[in-house]
Amino acid sequence: MASKRALSAVALGAGAAMILGACGGAGGDTGSEAADGDNVLTWWHNSNNDPGKAYYEQVAADFEADNPGVTIEISAMAHEDMLTKLDAAFQTGAAPDVYMERGGGELASHVEAGLVQDLSEAAADEIEMIGPSISGWQYQDKTYALPFSVGVVGFWYNKALFQQAGITQAPATMDDLYEAIDKLKAAGIEPISVGAGDKWPAAHYWYYFAVRECSQEVLTDAAASRDFSDECFVKAGEDLQELVEKEPFNSGFLATPAQTGGTSASGLLATGKVAMELAGHWEPGVMQGLTEDKKGLGENTGWFPFPAVDGGEGDPTAPLGGGDAWACSAEAPPECVDFIKYLLSDEVQIGFAENDMGVPTNPAATGSVKDPALAQLVTVRDEAPYVQLYLDTLFGENVGGAMNDAIALMFAGQGSPQDIVDATQAAADSE
Amino acid sequence: MADDVTARPASAAAETAPIRDGARAVDQAPARSTARAGAGRRRRAGSVSTGTRKRLEIAFFVTPALVLFVLFVVVPVVQAVRYSTFRWNGLGPMDDFVGLKNYANALRDQIFTDAVMNNLTIVVLSIVIQLPLGLAIALLLNRDMWGRSAMRVIIFVPYVLAEVVAGVVWLMLLQPGGMVDAVLESVGLGDLTQLWLGDPEIALYTVMVVLTWKYLGLAVILFLAGLQGVPTDLYEAAQLDGASWWQVQRRITIPLLGPTIRTWAFLSMIGSLQLFDMVWILTKGGPANSTMTMATYLINQGTNRGLYGYASAVAVLLFGISLVLAAFYQFFVLRRDNQDAPKPRKVVAR
Repeated sequence: MASKRALSAVALGAGAAMILGACGGAGGDTGSEAADGDNVLTWWHNSNNDPGKAYYEQVAADFEADNPGVTIEISAMAHEDMLTKLDAAFQTGAAPDVYMERGGGELASHVEAGLVQDLSEAAADEIEMIGPSISGWQYQDKTYALPFSVGVVGFWYNKALFQQAGITQAPATMDDLYEAIDKLKAAGIEPISVGAGDKWPAAHYWYYFAVRECSQEVLTDAAASRDFSDECFVKAGEDLQELVEKEPFNSGFLATPAQTGGTSASGLLATGKVAMELAGHWEPGVMQGLTEDKKGLGENTGWFPFPAVDGGEGDPTAPLGGGDAWACSAEAPPECVDFIKYLLSDEVQIGFAENDMGVPTNPAATGSVKDPALAQLVTVRDEAPYVQLYLDTLFGENVGGAMNDAIALMFAGQGSPQDIVDATQAAADSE
Repeated sequence: MADDVTARPASAAAETAPIRDGARAVDQAPARSTARAGAGRRRRAGSVSTGTRKRLEIAFFVTPALVLFVLFVVVPVVQAVRYSTFRWNGLGPMDDFVGLKNYANALRDQIFTDAVMNNLTIVVLSIVIQLPLGLAIALLLNRDMWGRSAMRVIIFVPYVLAEVVAGVVWLMLLQPGGMVDAVLESVGLGDLTQLWLGDPEIALYTVMVVLTWKYLGLAVILFLAGLQGVPTDLYEAAQLDGASWWQVQRRITIPLLGPTIRTWAFLSMIGSLQLFDMVWILTKGGPANSTMTMATYLINQGTNRGLYGYASAVAVLLFGISLVLAAFYQFFVLRRDNQDAPKPRKVVAR
């Protein structure tokens, strides 16, 4: 009996030890070096569907073949999952070697916490090649990530519905846009869908008005000095208020999500329920995913840049945009930089474009963009004087979040142009 | 106290070792019955180590659960309190001590105070709506009638459904031009259609309806269980005295259901204070913050805006508010039940 008791005690002790051991192990480093001395690169990306997933597996295999001794461990995740896991990984110090960096204020906090490698010298050629779109991934004159896909935001529209409403030319000014809205309404078509439930799609309108009203200098200074007192920010709010008062949006837009399901803003455009939506380069892909025939709007897909605003100090052709970049976390082995340089090479970027995975930043690959609407968007991007990074990304999670909340309130008819500026400033001051 | 109880069965066990031993290892919880059985016997010399062994054994059984509890409940709570005194974005070292400023900011933020009000509104509305409705349905389903089991299942199914699944289904039904609107139109009530989730004026009430649908089943099942505990002889006695059905319900059933109702209300209150998933799926706290609860505010500030210090302060406030309300409820309402559970029965029986 006694021995049986002793056994059960041992078993219990062992059980407790296992629980403790498991907890201890989870906190440990993921480790870049494998036991046999080979280099292991962990790579997180969000292309978790084919053809992107298979393409990246091929890219990794090619790189492994060219660099004996390097093993790449891929984790392909859904976008939102990846963001959550990245946040947690950075907090626990177990970040993957190669990860997607969104730039702006988020990058700034990563840099300040010493979590990301400086690529300014190691990837000087690639930085030169990418050109001005890289500015979103620079902080205090150093470059920390290589953008592999940079798109711009503009109006995606349904050509058939525009024709039905008798609109012959894509609106070039705000007055044109208001005229188009009236015509669409007269034809019984809801003009614009906006996913104000997710806030950022609504906030894009304010950002664009700010890009039109404020000079590039003012915006860049505001990001650095955290001072939003320039009058142009209030003007952006006034422009937005004017648009909201025209009631151009889909019914129930305050609760409309951006991209999930047939009644989301993208879904409404894809199914012909509304005539247009302000969205980024991802829109055709999203719409294809939301329609049964996987074609989205098909050949009815049209795109025009955000209209010019009278009297603004901003460049009327400057687009709002952003994208994703590859970065190496601080603990990554030196092969990491080689790998992300390879990801930006002509060969990989051309394949990236051919698989419709995004809008390549390598000029050698821009000719390979098949979709005519996307190709038009690339032209706008490459001919623009500069691409303004999404303001919420630029200002960082906290200030950007406060700004988006305040803008969403204006869409709900609450809050003045000044309130948006005040909320943004208050969040910036609290930092 | 612990020594008293544990030492006695140990000596008893030593005497009748072979049989007792096995039984005791399995049967830990009702130690008192074993204790009583062994109380009269004398302790035998040479069994000193059994007391220690007993304690070791208890330690073995308790430790795993205790370790998990400390690791996943106590430590996070203490950590949250610590985080809440710093301004910290979750990255890098936590070195910007701000004292109680995060708490002051939270209490001054109107969105947060509105969220607290929304929570309290949901607490009150849940009880005001679900209590009479749940009681009525429970009383109905407690009677012998055709299809009673099927009805019980139907009422209880929403509660069994995963909250997220139910939320997504309702989200689709409540879309503009969705199923709810279509049904209203088909019965000629087209004028009543609303932007159920898109109108800041009514979104909270829409959420309330969905919550009622989801949680009514729990109230009904608890009340039904409580009704099984009402002795049938009371009903017979009441019938003999010529009481009407209403009188029976009012004077016998509901008073005897008191403990069940009070416990249910407690659960409902705690659930309402911590409400997150359904709101997150239906509205994300919008439109215009009209359905914001403390928990969705917490996620907005913490995960979405990276204000981990501030969000921890909000979490501590949420914890504090729940704790205070729960303590008040325990003290003023549940105390009667805890002290003397069978009392109401005696009162009525007399």
